[in-house]
Amino acid sequence: MSFEPKILGILCNWCSYTGADLAGTARMKYPANMRSVRVMCSGRVDPGFILNALRSGADGVLICGCHPGDCHYVEGNYKCMRRIPLTKKLLADMGIDPRRLRLEWVSASEGARFQSVVTGFTEEIRTLGPLELRELNFDAEHPAGTAQEISAAAS
Amino acid sequence: MISIEIDGKQIEVEEETTILNAANALDIKIPTLCYNELIEPYAVCRICVVEVIRRKRTRLVTACNYPLRESVKVRTNSERVLKLRRMNLELLMARAPAAKIIQEMAAEMGLETTRFPIENPKESCILCGLCVQMCQDVVGAYAIGFADRGSKREVSTPYERTPETCILCGACAQVCPTGHIRMTDAEERIIHSKLSLGPNAAITIPFRQAIPNVPRIHAEHCIHFKTGECMLCSKVCPKDCIHYDDKDEIEEFEIGAVIVATGFDDFDPTPMKQLGYGRYPNILTGAEFEQMNNAGSPTGGKIVMENGEEPRSVAILHCIGSRDENYHKYCSRVCCMYALKFAHLVKEKSNAEVYQLYVDMRAFGKGYEEFYQRILDEGVNVIRGKGTEIVPNRSGAGDGALLVRCEDTLIGKFREIPVDMVVLCSALEARSDATDLARKLNISAGADGWFIESHPKLGPVSTTTEGIYLAGVCQGPKDIPDTVAQGSAAAAQAMKMLAQGQILMDAAYAEIAEEFCSGCRICNGLCPYNAISFDETKKVSNVNSAMCKACGTCVAACPTGAIAARHFTDEQIYAQIEGILV
Ligand SMILES: Cc1cc2nc3c(=O)[nH]c(=O)nc-3n(C[C@H](O)[C@H](O)[C@H](O)COP(=O)(O)OP(=O)(O)OC[C@H]3O[C@@H](n4cnc5c(N)ncnc54)[C@H](O)[C@@H]3O)c2cc1C
Ligand code: SF4
Ligand code: FES
Ligand code: FES
Repeated sequence: MSFEPKILGILCNWCSYTGADLAGTARMKYPANMRSVRVMCSGRVDPGFILNALRSGADGVLICGCHPGDCHYVEGNYKCMRRIPLTKKLLADMGIDPRRLRLEWVSASEGARFQSVVTGFTEEIRTLGPLELRELNFDAEHPAGTAQEISAAAS
Repeated sequence: MISIEIDGKQIEVEEETTILNAANALDIKIPTLCYNELIEPYAVCRICVVEVIRRKRTRLVTACNYPLRESVKVRTNSERVLKLRRMNLELLMARAPAAKIIQEMAAEMGLETTRFPIENPKESCILCGLCVQMCQDVVGAYAIGFADRGSKREVSTPYERTPETCILCGACAQVCPTGHIRMTDAEERIIHSKLSLGPNAAITIPFRQAIPNVPRIHAEHCIHFKTGECMLCSKVCPKDCIHYDDKDEIEEFEIGAVIVATGFDDFDPTPMKQLGYGRYPNILTGAEFEQMNNAGSPTGGKIVMENGEEPRSVAILHCIGSRDENYHKYCSRVCCMYALKFAHLVKEKSNAEVYQLYVDMRAFGKGYEEFYQRILDEGVNVIRGKGTEIVPNRSGAGDGALLVRCEDTLIGKFREIPVDMVVLCSALEARSDATDLARKLNISAGADGWFIESHPKLGPVSTTTEGIYLAGVCQGPKDIPDTVAQGSAAAAQAMKMLAQGQILMDAAYAEIAEEFCSGCRICNGLCPYNAISFDETKKVSNVNSAMCKACGTCVAACPTGAIAARHFTDEQIYAQIEGILV
């Protein structure tokens, strides 16, 4: 069976969730790999959500918010815009390909853009393959893995 | 008061009244040329000569500027008066033979020729100087004056150049008794496209059906605001309505709801060079044609070309800038129907042949298809094909000075249709300031600039911002019935909200659990609504739940997890994430 990535989408209520709705009412097709969670604003996206999703089986996480300047709460998306690159760094440090996290702007009128973003991201994750995380046991007395082992697991 | 007798009639007048005014009060007409009540009489033309009899001595004087100081008798048409008046007129006939009013006066007095030599048969200026006085003393613009002396004396502008001080007020043309000074429109499009006087008109009614329908002074052009002079309008206004100290004022209102009904802009077809709009005459946009058809338009609602003649044929081109990859992809929705209305108007008001060039006929509403049938019965030539090019008809063949090129897709042939007038049904487009307004109101505008309703099916008049509603074309192209329907719905929604007298708060807002708050104050600066304050005594932050709009930015930032977004708590979202990814 070919690999079907699991993707978590976190969409802001005002632009992206509405854009997704528009894609739906306009019957635009996009891969069913993405499952979405609605938050009020992309500014609500706690990096913890992303880590939690990757640990819970997601192969990629897509965050969508209003275009810069259009956030319903004025500047929430600017906060998000700063948090995501930091989270990507964190992912890289943890040995997770930062391409598995993506931030995109989708406005309420951009049903078609939503379609193409989801399709593109799904394809990208498909080529990256499944995210394999090794359960590391940080028992101080019996370290489960050497540094080499950990990086080998991540690559 | 002194008592005067004019042509045998008695009248009591104040001292210093002129004979002309006294005669006017008695309804005795004294002919005048260079007299204007707004200007100090200068008595140049001497057409108004009358006889004044004072203690048996008779004198010939000019009525327009002769002040009455004692009881006298005046004769306005004695033999002597008429003889002198005739001679004065003969002098004027020699000076300005081309002036129509002088020719008319001559005919009235039975004068055929003048005994004096005519210097210039085309001359129509009598050098009365009314224009110069008007411009200098009344308006205060000093744009025209006398040049040269003697027989070469003439009215001119400084160095015969276009004077920068001229505000195009037209007062000189208005007072010129002979029509020597006339206003012409430089752009030659005045009948069709502009209802205002000129680019720099200082006082206009904004447009014909403006409410309130009153003239407004444009301070940037009005000479009074530059020199403190002129004030002509207040001198002629019989009701003292002109207030120079009125100003635009910005007033602030407390309001509970906003209905956005800002409408649309007309697409300007100038960039579509192939259509020749603005280059060739008699190519109009739908809005211009609509304006011309208005009974209050300069043509009085008549369909005429720029030369004032009725067109022999009219082509109406659909989908200009609509349904066009290069301009707007959407259908403007109203133009098919107004184009049919235009065809009907042309048929009703003129004998012109009408060609209707459509791409798809969208007669979508109640009674619309029936109207389309009616147009067909009226004999309109309906051609399925987009008008692609408009050029001058150089060969002159057929009934039209322009050639409209199109492909008639029903017969599969390329056609050239000669017409005198073309109406371009140009697209409705979002106002140029729509995105700015959307930002101001915190609502969203789509890629085309139309404002977005909260739900395409279930929320057609509300927006994502509570208390802001949409009505009309600002939300997307629609005709008047649809606009009215949406407007009524928006009003009802706003009333519903206002009638409650209370605002329902969203149940979602942020809360701080004091016991976990470390007082780091990271969240304080993050809130775009300043809903978070810091309690200095307890050293913890607090959220004002009425001000919080629940974006959750602070929740994501709180390092101790002390802030919870109600209905979007971390636990709820983690549970969703875990549940959804199983
Ligand atoms: C050539 C032509 C012919 C048409 N003929 C017909 C017809 O025969 N029948 C029909 O049903 N429909 C017709 N229509 C369509 C009709 O014009 C529209 O349906 C109608 O005008 C929409 O009304 P509206 O109130 O939404 O917008 P508008 O009529 O555009 O009114 C919007 C108003 O808001 C004002 N405004 C804009 N911004 C602001 C702001 N920031 N603050 C305050 N005020 C602002 C504007 O100045 C304007 O007065 C025609 C359209 C065109 C172009
Ligand atoms: S309403 Fe008719 S003329 Fe206007 S854009 Fe649509 S199809 Fe073209
Ligand atoms: S509301 Fe969409 S990003 Fe803030
Ligand atoms: S009208 Fe009196 S002199 Fe011309």
